[in-house]
Amino acid sequence: MLPTAEASKDETRSHHPAPDAWRVEVFRRAAVGDPEGAALAEAMAELGLAAPAEVRVAKGYLFAPGYAQESIEAIARRVLADPVVNEVRVLAPRAAPRPGPFQRILVMSRPGVMDPVAHTVEELLVRSGEVPRGGAPAVATYRVVELRGPHGAAELTQLATRLLANETIEVVRIAREDLPYGERFPQAARGRVTVPLLALGGDELVALSRTGQLSLTREEMLAIQAHYRSLGREPSACELETLAQTWSEHCKHKTLTGLVEFTPPDGGTPRRIDNLLKSTIARATHELARPWCVSVFEDNAGIVAFDQGHDLCIKVETHNHPSAIDPYGGAGTGIGGVIRDVLGAGRGARPVANLDAFFVGPPELPKERVPKGTMHPRRILRGVVAGVRDYGNRMGIPTVAGGVWFDEGYVTNPLVYAGTVGILPHAAAHKEVRPGDVIVSVGGRTGRDGIHGATFSSIELSEDSETVSSSAVQIGDPITEKRTLDCLLAARDRGLYRAVTDCGAGGFSSAVGEMGEKTGAEVELDGVRLKYPGLASHEIWISEAQERMVLAVPPEKLDELVALFAAEDVEATVLGRFTDTKRLVVKDRGEVVAELDMHFLHKGTPRPVRQARWERPRLADPGCPAPREGHARALLGLLAAPEVASKEWIVRQYDHEVQGNSVVKPLVGVRGDAPSDGSVLQPLASSRTGFALGLGASTRFGALDPYRMALAVIDEALRNVVAVGADPARVAILDNFSWGNCNEPDRMGALVLAAEACYDAAKAFGTPFVSGKDSLNNEYRVGGETLSIPPTLLVTALGIVPDVARCVTMDLKRAGNRLYLVGETRAELGGSLFHHLAGRGGGTVPEVDLARAPRLLAALHAAIAAREVASCHDLSEGGLAVAAAEMALGGGLGLALELARVPVASLPEGWDADAARLYSESTTRFLVEVAPAQAPAFERRLAGLPCAALGEVLAAPTLRVAGVSGKPLLELPVDELARAFHSAFHFQGGAP
Amino acid sequence: MSPMPRTDPIARALVLRSAGTNCDGETVRALELAGAETTLLHLNALARDPARLAEQDLVVIAGGFSYGDYVAAGRIFGLELAAHLRAPLERFVADGGHLVGVCNGFQILVELGLFQPGRPRTIALTDNASNRFECRWITLRSEPCAARWLGTGELMPVPIAHGEGRFVTGTPEALAELFARGQVALTYVDPERPGPAGAREKLLPYPLNPNGSIANIAGICDPTGRVLGLMPHPERNLAPWHHPRWTRLGAREVGEGLAFYRRLVAAAARTPA
Repeated sequence: MLPTAEASKDETRSHHPAPDAWRVEVFRRAAVGDPEGAALAEAMAELGLAAPAEVRVAKGYLFAPGYAQESIEAIARRVLADPVVNEVRVLAPRAAPRPGPFQRILVMSRPGVMDPVAHTVEELLVRSGEVPRGGAPAVATYRVVELRGPHGAAELTQLATRLLANETIEVVRIAREDLPYGERFPQAARGRVTVPLLALGGDELVALSRTGQLSLTREEMLAIQAHYRSLGREPSACELETLAQTWSEHCKHKTLTGLVEFTPPDGGTPRRIDNLLKSTIARATHELARPWCVSVFEDNAGIVAFDQGHDLCIKVETHNHPSAIDPYGGAGTGIGGVIRDVLGAGRGARPVANLDAFFVGPPELPKERVPKGTMHPRRILRGVVAGVRDYGNRMGIPTVAGGVWFDEGYVTNPLVYAGTVGILPHAAAHKEVRPGDVIVSVGGRTGRDGIHGATFSSIELSEDSETVSSSAVQIGDPITEKRTLDCLLAARDRGLYRAVTDCGAGGFSSAVGEMGEKTGAEVELDGVRLKYPGLASHEIWISEAQERMVLAVPPEKLDELVALFAAEDVEATVLGRFTDTKRLVVKDRGEVVAELDMHFLHKGTPRPVRQARWERPRLADPGCPAPREGHARALLGLLAAPEVASKEWIVRQYDHEVQGNSVVKPLVGVRGDAPSDGSVLQPLASSRTGFALGLGASTRFGALDPYRMALAVIDEALRNVVAVGADPARVAILDNFSWGNCNEPDRMGALVLAAEACYDAAKAFGTPFVSGKDSLNNEYRVGGETLSIPPTLLVTALGIVPDVARCVTMDLKRAGNRLYLVGETRAELGGSLFHHLAGRGGGTVPEVDLARAPRLLAALHAAIAAREVASCHDLSEGGLAVAAAEMALGGGLGLALELARVPVASLPEGWDADAARLYSESTTRFLVEVAPAQAPAFERRLAGLPCAALGEVLAAPTLRVAGVSGKPLLELPVDELARAFHSAFHFQGGAP
Repeated sequence: MSPMPRTDPIARALVLRSAGTNCDGETVRALELAGAETTLLHLNALARDPARLAEQDLVVIAGGFSYGDYVAAGRIFGLELAAHLRAPLERFVADGGHLVGVCNGFQILVELGLFQPGRPRTIALTDNASNRFECRWITLRSEPCAARWLGTGELMPVPIAHGEGRFVTGTPEALAELFARGQVALTYVDPERPGPAGAREKLLPYPLNPNGSIANIAGICDPTGRVLGLMPHPERNLAPWHHPRWTRLGAREVGEGLAFYRRLVAAAARTPA
């Protein structure tokens, strides 16, 4: 141990006294190294800070002051420190260490922010009797950075606020020891609070909605007022909050299900749309009526048949606003939340795969272009990756699919999508609530964290969002969720409950309100287990504290259920009962704090009419010039662009192998460094049936043509799963729209066009939408200006792979094999990466030939299923050039290609014929490697479709391309391709 | 075809789990495929009834993030075992039982001190040199050691997935002692140039040695050879299509990780199969 004598009473030295708590700081011994300190030094260099002569990082723990020194030292030795790795400093209450040559920075969570480390230590010490049971939280943690170097106060502040801490949820102490140990937040009283609004005018109602963070519109407030006038009484706070949560855009999809006056572009006739979701996306699903769609658009996740006895369920969620404010906590609770959606689908599914998709600003964005109140895109990306890593890995769910997209439009509004696939017995696909069932909450405790998350996510961000909305940000506790998952699935298999849902946005108010919609429910808040005292009744009711699920339990099964959870240290608490009154009654300490009519709660939302009108931007088509730098440099530039470059630094931080089911991994090829189109898993060892996951999205197509954008991203998602072996006749898709403020007619108009494309594509491909979730209002106010994100649709495809042993990967396999290009190349470079890197806007967005594309996918799948294909890769960003380069670097083999053979539609006058073939991003295209012996069979399958052998695989690792003229156009060693692919955009994903 | 569990079990295995264990599914599957009748049990249940150990030939502590691995990987699970099950586990091993910890299970066994019974601990698993959680495939070689059941010089491609897998010793003498007692069981090797078993290669570069472990050590055993811990996950390479390059390889019956579990179960079987 470091001698405690180093500590001194510091009251005389500082106006900021050290906390009245024992402190234990755990450092690493120099002999075993300090990788965390080394990574911090690297990150400092990236930030442009002077290199420290020495830097060390420690974990700090705080304990109540009443302990004897020997007890603290014993806890430190036994629990906190490793005898080989660590050295420890113990500080007495109110004592500060002598700083010596080191400057100290301390970071600690703000009071009320979830601290899973402290929670875990406290649980252990409660079990061992070293902390009394049932008291207020006694253990807290902090982080210590000690560094020696020439850093002044400004540099230390920069280090602390840009690398170490997020001041929204953490406090920073530089050269001060006054950690906020034991600070309590405002204590609220329990009981009914009446909110007088019957007498208010329209403006006052709007003001009430704003100050109360209800996010309700004038019309909605008026509807509520009218309802209470008819009842002849004022609402309670709890009722108003329940209505605000249930009516939030987040929970209700008011925009997609509302009324729209739509004026089509290009002079079409205006028309009224009643419920865009029902008339496009859900309509396609309904009309397709696939027998394998088990439960769609009605549960927490879409459910489709997998094999004889099992179904798959899938959900993809957005978690944009919380992630903008705290990337780490936002992404972590995003993945935690979508996992609970799958746990709450049917009677509960076992999660078998996670996916994530991030849309952030450019990684090389100059500092001065980062607006006030916004983090740099690199920091956001690091944070969200770490958040998904720390939550997903701890849950033991492989994160197998994902993507990162970049655009300056996401600087202030990053998008974070998280998705989960689960598997469940077919018999568990449906749920039922019966009057008399006991309402039981299982999992974590309720706290003040996450209040107003649903309403917060439905408003636009501003430069003040960081401070005003911090209570909407949370840190997850994945181990509590994992324990809950283990017990929940065991309880499902023993038939101990009838229905389950997750406690997400809106907390108990939404979970109980939804489950009891058809019956009624009576809740008593007295039994709710709280993290700490001091919450008002309505706060308990709407808290979005993580890691909670709500069950409907037949009374006779209650004891067995509670015992099952208790055996694994998970709390199960009775909240009340479902009734047959069609009313929602909430009581606290004998008093009724809310009484709502279920019909008004769920059906009382007014439906305003939105205007929608989208005009094509007036941009000249830039054509397609040859790259000024030559094709070799152009290709290397595309490979090194963040959009294309290797995401290995992200992929390998995720455990994509846990559960032992992976068949096609996210990285494939000789060196395991080439990007797979889709990922394939075999979720049941007893069956060779698998499933593939693939994503589609575009950041640049949408502004030019939202209709074609939606077609293209659906096509891309389908390409990604078909390329690895999924059957296109068994693909389900999901939509996630992230859009700007849809009260603006142009944003709403683009949304209508994209939704109509979803209908057309789903019908043409025969791929039903099975689930979706949207995030609207992704706008950012700074001063008087409002900025919107690019209209962004993420499409996720879940495809059944009939036999995993027939999957193919995208790496070239063998010299002498032929390489075919399947699909037609057209003059479609609008929104292409080639144009983007050259700074060119405008142009024609790729269209999908909805008659031909489904036939092409079916023919290609038949060839893959017949083992005629050695490798297959789809063409997406960067076109043919990038796809060929990726296949070559994946296989460590060369390619000789002739552009003259590319199946191509006629090109406009003045276009460079080679550049158009190499960089066009026309849809529904694949490069397919076929052994000579299989070539005749393969060509027969593709007969009638655009398909041509461009050349062959070379043993010599060089990519050679001959131009349309037949002359050599490009020759690059595969090593150089790989270097470009790996060189750029690689940064440490250290501490968030 | 997928390999099927044997219908005539040759040993009884218990897979121990707790809050945050997450490799229990594939571990049970591997043991069953290798011929063990396998029970999955929560730590709390075993702590209530330690006598259940006596019915087992083999105990495996599966991987995961027990109790979140907060404080340090495996610390809390190790403390819980020390508080409730140290003596029964020591007796189980002394009576001839096999005890294996994979990944988090290895970290837990190190915390419990079972590799150096009766002596102060001089070994530890700590943060990867890269300071990052990493999931990637590596190649293991079995070394001449007290766990003779592992075979010698066997090469096995398997994935790792951990953030705290760097094996360290407090002193150079402690490392020498591990070799002297035949405790170095599995090492990371370069699959292109694997070298003979027992060869003391210099420290391999990242990512061949994925975490910076001293002497490329991936797994160790106790002096009896019946307690083994390893960071990589053989249970994630059971089927022919688990290998990261299976689409480049010829027809395969099973994954290489299954051989590890077959040897383990055969060694643990108290009555010859």
